[in-house]
Amino acid sequence: MTLNGWIQIAVAAVIVLALTRPLGGYMLRVGNGERHLLTPVLGWLERGFYRAAGVDPAQEQSWLTYALAMLVFKVGGFALLYAILRLQAVLPLNPAGQGPVSADLAFNTAVSFLTNTNWQSYGGETTMSHLSQMLGLTVQNFLSAAAGIAIALAVVRGFARRSAKTIGNFWADMTRITLYMLLPVCIIGALVIVWQGVPQTFAGSMQATTLEGAKQTISLGPVASQEAIKMLGTNGGGFFNANSAHPFENPSALTNMLQIIAIFSLGAALTNTFGRSVRDERQGWAIFGAMALLFLAGVLVLYWSESHGNPALVALGMDPSLGNMEGKELRFGIAQTALFSTVTTDASCGAVNAMIESFLPLGGMVPLINIMLGEIIFGGVGSGLYGFLLFAIVAVFVAGLMVGRTPEYLGKKIEAREVKLTMLAILCLPMAMLGFTALAVVLPGPASAISASGPHGFTEALYAYVSGAGNNGSAFAGLSANTPFWNTTLGIDMIVGRFFVIIPVLAIAGSMAAKKAVPPSSGTFPTNGPLFVGLVIGVILIVGGLTFFPALALGPIAEHFALNAGTLY
Amino acid sequence: MLRHIRPALVMLIGFSVLTGILYPMAITGIAQAVFPWQAQGSKIERDGTVIGSALIGQNFTAAKYLHPRPSATSEPDPNDASKTVPTPYAADNSAGSNLGPASKALVDRVSGDIANLQAENPGVPVPGDLVTTSASGLDPDISPAAAAFQVQRLAQARGLSRDKVSAIIAAHSAPRWLGVFGEPHVNVLAVNLALDAAAP
Repeated sequence: MTLNGWIQIAVAAVIVLALTRPLGGYMLRVGNGERHLLTPVLGWLERGFYRAAGVDPAQEQSWLTYALAMLVFKVGGFALLYAILRLQAVLPLNPAGQGPVSADLAFNTAVSFLTNTNWQSYGGETTMSHLSQMLGLTVQNFLSAAAGIAIALAVVRGFARRSAKTIGNFWADMTRITLYMLLPVCIIGALVIVWQGVPQTFAGSMQATTLEGAKQTISLGPVASQEAIKMLGTNGGGFFNANSAHPFENPSALTNMLQIIAIFSLGAALTNTFGRSVRDERQGWAIFGAMALLFLAGVLVLYWSESHGNPALVALGMDPSLGNMEGKELRFGIAQTALFSTVTTDASCGAVNAMIESFLPLGGMVPLINIMLGEIIFGGVGSGLYGFLLFAIVAVFVAGLMVGRTPEYLGKKIEAREVKLTMLAILCLPMAMLGFTALAVVLPGPASAISASGPHGFTEALYAYVSGAGNNGSAFAGLSANTPFWNTTLGIDMIVGRFFVIIPVLAIAGSMAAKKAVPPSSGTFPTNGPLFVGLVIGVILIVGGLTFFPALALGPIAEHFALNAGTLY
Repeated sequence: MLRHIRPALVMLIGFSVLTGILYPMAITGIAQAVFPWQAQGSKIERDGTVIGSALIGQNFTAAKYLHPRPSATSEPDPNDASKTVPTPYAADNSAGSNLGPASKALVDRVSGDIANLQAENPGVPVPGDLVTTSASGLDPDISPAAAAFQVQRLAQARGLSRDKVSAIIAAHSAPRWLGVFGEPHVNVLAVNLALDAAAP
């Protein structure tokens, strides 16, 4: 670890912090349908969408209607994406002549992009036509991100409103977020990264003759337009197999910093949107603070771990001063890699600028733990905030139990119904993650997809299902997951991880909106100060630790001790 | 349920056209007009031949060339499509080794590479990036230490002085961006083009 490395990390953190208030305020205006900077420019398009769709944006929906609208939209999106992938061989814009995507891979990929996971069982440049990348995947990058933010806005309204029956209009939320938030930032971002070297062309590849006379086929495509939304929407599905490690997706330290900031900025801003909505910005900052502390802990451990040379290689005579460089890109070095890897798994992005599988055991454990905790550290766009609010409910519930008082959050009584729904959402994730992992490592067929032996092999399988249900999409990429078993189970894993959280969360939002506000008394537990931050972090770590420690002990922790004792697999 | 179908279809089609067709086409149009070289893949040509991309590494094994990092990329086996053959710097199939830190395969590979490099430059510690594969398998850069490690061999193979070789390397090295971000790096292809120009 160097001072220079910490300065790089601090600069990224300060920029995200500085963006939180302005973006949070803008998001609130967009979500409320108020006038803002872009209304005069794009207002006609927004109104056109409503007219064509037969939607009245002022007509709000109950939580159940909101959830149904979201589900119908998702089913339609699934059908369209699945069809494009299956038919890409006969559709236009296929310069590399890619064949049709197999049924199980198309199912897995469609679910993956719909749920904002962007798990990729395939290598982009060897599987997908340009049409599939653009009309299939880029579209869902936008829409799954917009849906995440829409749901967060609906949940925020649920907490902010009193004695209300509705939590917003799904169609209006989707339209406004896409037009006013995602699209404008992506247009600017895409052009900046083209300037830095990210290709944007409809050509399939470039043929080169290297200086030593070998033939090199260099894959190209409309990369920048997809890259921008991939990061901003915390999607993470790369144009190329190597994702943000590929020099064409992430050519420089500048693009790496921009990508890191893009991943975190909307998730961080939503904490402020929340605070403003409940008319106490400190409520938002308390959430921001808890998230920031968990982020710093992660980046500290990961940076520390990867700054060391692999002991097994140092013993052979390798100079350890560059750190653990297997599976990392030189232009980023350890600090930018540690920062990116922490951020991408704190959020549900899952883009990688290094191969997490080749991290040292404790370094590789950090991304795994980040996802296991529920990606509530700024989190996926939208999903980070509503995921965190679940833990906030548990925290006030625990605080209420300690003093023997009905728990309250933001002036609303938290009752049996909310706590049950919260526990449903919190428990579904580990059930899918651990259940599928157990199945995959025990069944002889699926286990053959695992490339590593020993504890590392177990971690490979565990990481896959944790990443799937967490809707992250990063991987211990040695796993050959493109088989019917893995594609299907991971598809189900991703569906559970997305919708078994969203639906209970929307139900909670509905019942919170309907509640009356109770005026705070001297016995009210304040949720805008350091005590709450400490308690909620404690709850997150205890729930995560109790659930996942045994699995971690079998995987990265066992591997750490084995590696330091000189055992190889 | 039924009343959601019209908005779902309209929004799906509308946003598909907007974000899946118009947006990438507009970005392509602007990018091709304003940054044509970057948008087309940062192509490098010499004497009318396309040599490669400034951003994509390529494989070098001859003594007269600066060597890049090892690469874990592969291509399908021409004789058996279900298998792959190792093909370093295959820029149509980016990949890392994905070997775990305690993997025997990793340690075997690195111990072979270290033995070769120590024979070339006895007594000098072997820079880490020269024996580890990058995440993309296409890393265009090596560290200044890894370039310095190869100066003696390059000078001998080219008949140039060590100072001249070091100066060429320094001319194609980049510091941290703004002195802070990323790591100092040497572009291997740029150095090799310059070496060819200096001592063909």
